[in-house]
Amino acid sequence: MSLRVIDLSYDYGRQPVLKSLSFVLSSGFNVLLGPNGAGKSTLFSLLTGLYESRQGEITFSDLDLKAQKRRVLALMGVVFQQSTLDLDLTVQQNLLYHASLHGLSSQQAMNNVSGILEELQLLNRLNDRVRSLNGGHRRRLEIARALMHQPQILLLDEPTVGLDNDSRNLIVEHIRELAKKRGICILWATHLMDEVQSGDQLILLDKGEVKAQGKAGDLCQQHDTDDVYQLYRKLTKTVEIM
Amino acid sequence: MNIQPYRYCFTGIVKREFLRFIQQRTRLLSALIRPLLWLVVFAAGFRAALGVSIMEPYGTYITYQQYITPGLCCMIVLFNGMQSSLSMVYDREMGSMKLLLMSPLSRPFLLMCKLVATAILSLLQVCIFLLIVQFVGVDTPPLGYLTAIPAIFLISFFLGALGLLLSNLIKQLENFAGVMNFVIFPMFFLSSALYPLWKMKEASIWLYWLCQYNPFSYCVELLRFALYQQLDVTAFLVVLVATVVVSIVAINSFAPKQVSRKGG
Repeated sequence: MSLRVIDLSYDYGRQPVLKSLSFVLSSGFNVLLGPNGAGKSTLFSLLTGLYESRQGEITFSDLDLKAQKRRVLALMGVVFQQSTLDLDLTVQQNLLYHASLHGLSSQQAMNNVSGILEELQLLNRLNDRVRSLNGGHRRRLEIARALMHQPQILLLDEPTVGLDNDSRNLIVEHIRELAKKRGICILWATHLMDEVQSGDQLILLDKGEVKAQGKAGDLCQQHDTDDVYQLYRKLTKTVEIM
Repeated sequence: MNIQPYRYCFTGIVKREFLRFIQQRTRLLSALIRPLLWLVVFAAGFRAALGVSIMEPYGTYITYQQYITPGLCCMIVLFNGMQSSLSMVYDREMGSMKLLLMSPLSRPFLLMCKLVATAILSLLQVCIFLLIVQFVGVDTPPLGYLTAIPAIFLISFFLGALGLLLSNLIKQLENFAGVMNFVIFPMFFLSSALYPLWKMKEASIWLYWLCQYNPFSYCVELLRFALYQQLDVTAFLVVLVATVVVSIVAINSFAPKQVSRKGG
């Protein structure tokens, strides 16, 4: 599965947010790195079809998002920055609701997700209301839910924001494992540079523009920098993020 | 075409709405207490002031409580429709609407499922209300309950679609108070829910015409006749056409862009 974005632009009225973005992602762990306001969430809204761009193309393998949106959505799992869980329902009820929206039976859904729930240490929380879960568990639940219909591409918009280190590490490790084991294409949006490893495919987004793309390690070499933090400073001329 | 995914989706949406409903016990309570207060307190006071003469579909003189019961049933449906509108705005604000929009099934189908779920909840509440009102002296022919069911369902669907349309127009949760002032109250009071329209005509001709153009009047009359195993053809056609038109407009005007927020 690959994701191809060609010449994608978007604006909120007169304010341009994304300026002629082009990039290609393939299976594995891909990082979209950029500070707050870089346009990451807008890009996610475009990739998920919530927004429609007037200019540019988005294709998933050979499927054009505009022309075959429903087929694309069937292949896509998403974790949005803002939680989309129903706090008054239990973990299982949230999962089954999502499954039903993808046309899955309860049994099929639970078969698909039970292994993931176990790995994410959520199997014993099925009957708990989401309201009673902490931030880390809620995030893990959203990830499990996004994987329920066995997507080939997984988009995660700042999934570790606001979490403690343990929860963060568990989530990052799990997603990296997933990319290796299942060979799905993962796009991980973040502003936290310590989540980027040298082998990751990196897209550096700033002020709506792609400043650099390629393997993080290679990019550091190309730009003669020691690490991603320096690379970021050099290319964006900012010290805002860490 | 494989209809199984659509069946699972329909069941899932209805189940979710039902689960949310039963967890909000105060919602059911207030849905019932509001019309019961009207029936027991308001109607008792007005009973003396308003004489309701023999009129269709009633074959004899009836009490004022009897007269306003269909209107109060429609009031329950109206409030539930608006509640679903509020819930859509809430889902949009909280982000859970994105989940619905990320479904690979067709959007009109998903929204229709939402409307059916709302209609089922309204029907349930009205059935409970109709059972309770028997104990305060409102008699309805037993078979009338059966013939009322499709009428209540159609009315519920119409008012649910109106709620959906309003949710497209309401940008923020805080604006919902405006719905109360500009939609619920005018719709209810400018209808035949509380008084026959000929009485309204005697009071004010322009108010009478406003009531005549209010589709809620036709909802009330459709149910009034249905409870007596009769069909008010005009009311049925008006409600049916209004349902189709409002549903189409509501579904087509559903804008996903409102759902997503600017972020990082």
